[in-house]
Amino acid sequence: MSIALLIEQLLNGLQLGVMLFLMAAGLTLIFGVMGLINLAHGSLYMVGAFACAAVAAATGSFWIGLVASLVAAAAAGAIVEVAVIRKLYERDHLDQVLATFALILIFSEGTRWLFGSFPLYLDIPPLLQGAVPLPGGGRYQLYRLAIIGVGIVVAIGLYLLISRTRLGMRIRAGESDREMIAALGVDIRTLYTVVFALGAALAGLAGALVGALQSVQVGMGEPVLILAFVVIVIGGIGSIKGALLGAILVGVVDTMGRFLLPKALALAMPAAQAGLIGGALASMLIYLVMAVILAVRPSGLFAAQS
Amino acid sequence: MKKSLAAGILGLSLAATGMAQAEPVKIGVITTLSGGGAGLGIDMRDAFTLAIKQSGNKEVELVVEDDAQKPELAVQIAEKMIQSDKVDLLTGIIWSNLAMAVVPNAVAQDIIYLSPNAGPSALAGANCNKNYFNVAYQNDNFHEAMGQYANQDYKKTFILAPNYPAGKDSLTGFKRYYKGELAGEIYTQVGQTDYAAEIAQIRDSGADSVFFFLPGGMGIAFMKQYAQSGVTIPVMGPAFSFDQDMLPAIGDAALGVKNSASWSKDLDNEASKAFVEAFKAEYNRLPSVYAAQSWDTANLILSALSKASVKDKDAFRAALKAADFKSVRGDFTFNTNNHPIQNVYVREVVREGDVLTNKIIATAFEKHGDAYAEQCKM
Repeated sequence: MSIALLIEQLLNGLQLGVMLFLMAAGLTLIFGVMGLINLAHGSLYMVGAFACAAVAAATGSFWIGLVASLVAAAAAGAIVEVAVIRKLYERDHLDQVLATFALILIFSEGTRWLFGSFPLYLDIPPLLQGAVPLPGGGRYQLYRLAIIGVGIVVAIGLYLLISRTRLGMRIRAGESDREMIAALGVDIRTLYTVVFALGAALAGLAGALVGALQSVQVGMGEPVLILAFVVIVIGGIGSIKGALLGAILVGVVDTMGRFLLPKALALAMPAAQAGLIGGALASMLIYLVMAVILAVRPSGLFAAQS
Repeated sequence: MKKSLAAGILGLSLAATGMAQAEPVKIGVITTLSGGGAGLGIDMRDAFTLAIKQSGNKEVELVVEDDAQKPELAVQIAEKMIQSDKVDLLTGIIWSNLAMAVVPNAVAQDIIYLSPNAGPSALAGANCNKNYFNVAYQNDNFHEAMGQYANQDYKKTFILAPNYPAGKDSLTGFKRYYKGELAGEIYTQVGQTDYAAEIAQIRDSGADSVFFFLPGGMGIAFMKQYAQSGVTIPVMGPAFSFDQDMLPAIGDAALGVKNSASWSKDLDNEASKAFVEAFKAEYNRLPSVYAAQSWDTANLILSALSKASVKDKDAFRAALKAADFKSVRGDFTFNTNNHPIQNVYVREVVREGDVLTNKIIATAFEKHGDAYAEQCKM
């Protein structure tokens, strides 16, 4: 095992973490500000990927597709918020879970109806194809580095938005006291729609970025959604900082676990068996980490509300 | 005189088939119609319904349900189909982990199950059952063929498959015939979509080739990421990683890749040509191996229905076992464990016009059975 391989795997973990952060940031904002559990967040991720693939196929440009994914996911988010979610804020979490689960089914079947059941093709843009050399002789894919870059930009942007702008102030105020901010004359309904659309756009962006690496298909959002929930539970619900650190922790632990566990077990048993058992253990690893963190800090690493 | 005799015999045989057909038959089809594996199940369902429709047999009724690639859901559907729909036959399951959840329980209730795809080793050996017919293959088969073929060119292969029954069968099958050294052996998660960590290990391993079994969306993701990563070690795999359902989404990265299957659309026999034409005419796309196996499953059932009543289990099982139908795969017989004996070919991904498809370049095995048949006491 070389240093180059180790660095490459760390970068892989970071890239997975950044992608999870884009999902988790929206999820945690929506939960923090509106107290809403949105299971349909994965569907918005899928909407972004499909919009990007369809528009990129029609125009031949990934970049127009990327813009389309942001617009489509934000629009889908805003429509869903106005049409469905708005009626759920006063209900308890079980009703929210039921309604947003129904939204998953509607989005999935709607997408299947529009695009069919077979995966769509989406390639990475020519500008970002190829790999860059790493110290130690390895190579790393340029596109994945770009995803890490996008994640860092989004994290800084969100930080500035929340701590420096009027909108950010309202979001923070909405998190700490909903009734009071409404009483002070802030249009809370529009604020909610904006936050929801913002979260949706980030999910759509993640979907489009990842769609070029993986396959764009119906149901692609749900596995990511589960990981994103793990991330916000670890990070502390409602905290953007927690989402960032939680996402990177989950990304790195998952990748390094898949990589190192079979290797470690192979020292003690035959390779085939080590692969099987190591693989099985690696898939549990992030949940074990979550359990340990919750045992030590029951409300997550950076709980927004105490 | 001769003429009237011939007409009489014809009339009699028509009456006989007419009698067999007059009896309604209910077939339960449990397959994957949503999620990442939906492409496979849809090909399965489409070919099956088309075969029944073309036969003109109006007495066959299909009950089709989506298992969403979830074992627990498949079990519920199977119970519902057996208890309340009262189906005579069950078929349709694509994934081995779902087959393991459904089949042993169904055949124990004396329901005949015909597999159009999944063929886990656990059901082929000591736990074989007279009510379980696998019309597709035993899971190891395609992988064995690729292991055999790899000996020609490669000495150090890196192998990977998902961690579920078919994945384990896959690597076992490959290793059974592959004589070279293994550069690495990895089990990934079922439904995994990001393979960066695995590709990094392949790059680092010093392998001269990669064998992978990743059906459906998993294979698309792997192949795209592999091509993008800049690793140039040649890949190979079973047809499940390079079939018609996946090639459009993988794109040119698949060109030239060798893969193994029991069928390819350029296979030279009448049944296969008729099948490809009918499928293209009806659905406006090329059929996959899943579609071919499912077409054969439907035709096997139809052939048995014309000989025996589905209510007479012993006679019907015997009629199935005779495999008296025109398989798109050419020669097809059942082994002692009700699994196929068939040829397995090596195919190469080529471009025809603007579609990617496969063409046969070699025959890996002729009349190939499976390694578990002798453990089957039936």
